Amino acid sequence: MFRYFCLMKLARDQVLHIAKLARLQLSDDEIETYTNQLASILGYIEILNEVDTSQVEPTAQVTGLKNVMDADHVMKKSDCEALLACSPLPKEDHQIRVKPVFE
Amino acid sequence: MEDFFYFGIREIHEGLKAKQFSATELVAALLKRIETLESKLQAFITIVPELALHAAATVDQKIARAEDFGLLEGIPMSLKDLFCTRGVQTTAGSKILEGFVPPYDAAVVSRLNVQGTILLGKNTEDEFGHGSSSENTGFSVPRNPWNFERVAGGSSGGSAVAVASGEVAFALGTDTGGSVRYPASLCGCVGLKPTYGRISRYGVIAMASSLDTVGILARSCEDVALVLQVIAGRDMLDSTTPDRSVPDYISFLDRSVRGMKVGVPEEYFGEGLDAGVRSCVEAAIDVLKSLGMEVRSVQLPHTRYGVAAYYIICPSEVSANMARFDGIKYGPTVQDAENLMDVYCQSRARGFHPEVKRRIMIGTYALSSGYYDAYYLKAQKIRTLVRQDFDRAFEEVDVLVAPTSPTLAFKIGEKVNDPLSMYLNDSLTIPASLAGISGLSVPCGFVSGLPVGLQILGPQFGEERVLQVGNAYEKETRWHTKKHPVL
Repeated sequence: MFRYFCLMKLARDQVLHIAKLARLQLSDDEIETYTNQLASILGYIEILNEVDTSQVEPTAQVTGLKNVMDADHVMKKSDCEALLACSPLPKEDHQIRVKPVFE
Repeated sequence: MEDFFYFGIREIHEGLKAKQFSATELVAALLKRIETLESKLQAFITIVPELALHAAATVDQKIARAEDFGLLEGIPMSLKDLFCTRGVQTTAGSKILEGFVPPYDAAVVSRLNVQGTILLGKNTEDEFGHGSSSENTGFSVPRNPWNFERVAGGSSGGSAVAVASGEVAFALGTDTGGSVRYPASLCGCVGLKPTYGRISRYGVIAMASSLDTVGILARSCEDVALVLQVIAGRDMLDSTTPDRSVPDYISFLDRSVRGMKVGVPEEYFGEGLDAGVRSCVEAAIDVLKSLGMEVRSVQLPHTRYGVAAYYIICPSEVSANMARFDGIKYGPTVQDAENLMDVYCQSRARGFHPEVKRRIMIGTYALSSGYYDAYYLKAQKIRTLVRQDFDRAFEEVDVLVAPTSPTLAFKIGEKVNDPLSMYLNDSLTIPASLAGISGLSVPCGFVSGLPVGLQILGPQFGEERVLQVGNAYEKETRWHTKKHPVL
């Protein structure tokens, strides 16, 4: 329908950097496929540059609500054991045991 | 006995009351139907026969004691697998949550439980809502009941299939950019995307937090209204639900639409709109005229920027919401990872569908240092303009009508290698999502045996208005009662 293509180049390094930020391990094939697909999608998005938005306020959310407050009291207690059971990792003392953060 | 597969909520209620069938008979028959049709339709990831029959028995005991029972009590339904259901597997359509059993119910699930509805199973979908064809499921791809080689639409494809094929009376889905309206249109049933904030999202696995809405799929506007009545309203556990009263939706349904003003946005009828779809929708508009509605042309000039703005905002919010799936708190983990970073990177690599990864990466890029202003902020400004287009239109008219989908259901596999082409499926549903307004798709005809949907849009908290118009159209045309000859 609204087709608009712009040749946008995305470097392999950029894709690797994004993948690292996103904590995604990619194969070489995936890197190539995503490099092309992302370039195509980001090229399409360039259409937004047709619009002058210099005087326009952004919309973060549409409800108009601000600072929705609630009293700080316990409404319901979570089932600790049930929540821990959701994790596939070993548990110790009501904690989920993970690999070290620092080597 | 088989007629009740397509009964509406009131018909089921009357049937139970008159003891034409019991809740157990009804549920058992539907479970059998699901079992028979699943190899063809693949609408479900999880089916819960024991729970369903237990719930049905409870309803039957109540009826046997001649106690009053509510309109929704004993009504069989299903849920898109994005809704947390306590004790029942919830996967969001993804392998990364395979085996995850939530320890709590989503708010809407609790509300439906209180009403006594009966859950038959969890429906398949595009993973985490990422898609418009349900082909991005980590499980089996659901088929369009009208043509098994065609897509059911998405991301709430399984829910639409279950409703359209008479397996459940209604289903819940979610609509972030069109994911209830679009599959409803492709499968020939009714789909409501309410105003953002109308229904609580507590316990709904998040996709894009400023766009996600809980949606309802059923075979009539009345049934949608009956379900909306019990799940709409402020929830203390979801701070994005305004404190806005819930009207009596049913009381609006049979009000006359004579004199109501209908806007037809020019931009929704451009090139790329299938000729058959255009024809059905134009015929539908003629029906609205014959009902005494005043039809006029309106302009929504920023429509053409909707998809681009959405495909920045949505992936950006997705990249944040998907961060929690890391092989630590839920779902499968990578056992042979050497270090913590590998646990994250490999769990996510193995667990997520390519479309999910694509969206995470677009979002990560758009939000990353140096790009935020050019992408996310720009898209949010376009969002304001899209919203203002609707605000202006609703000063002149009561509702807007347009096609829901630019095309008919396409063949399975046809667009999987062209993500951008897939994104354009939602070009007519996305603007309403960006603006957070109310929208409905109702069946309005068939082309080559495939359903066409009429989209009816209303202002924020205008659900009663769109349901009123949808209902008037339904009563006049009866498209929504057409059943598949084979199923």
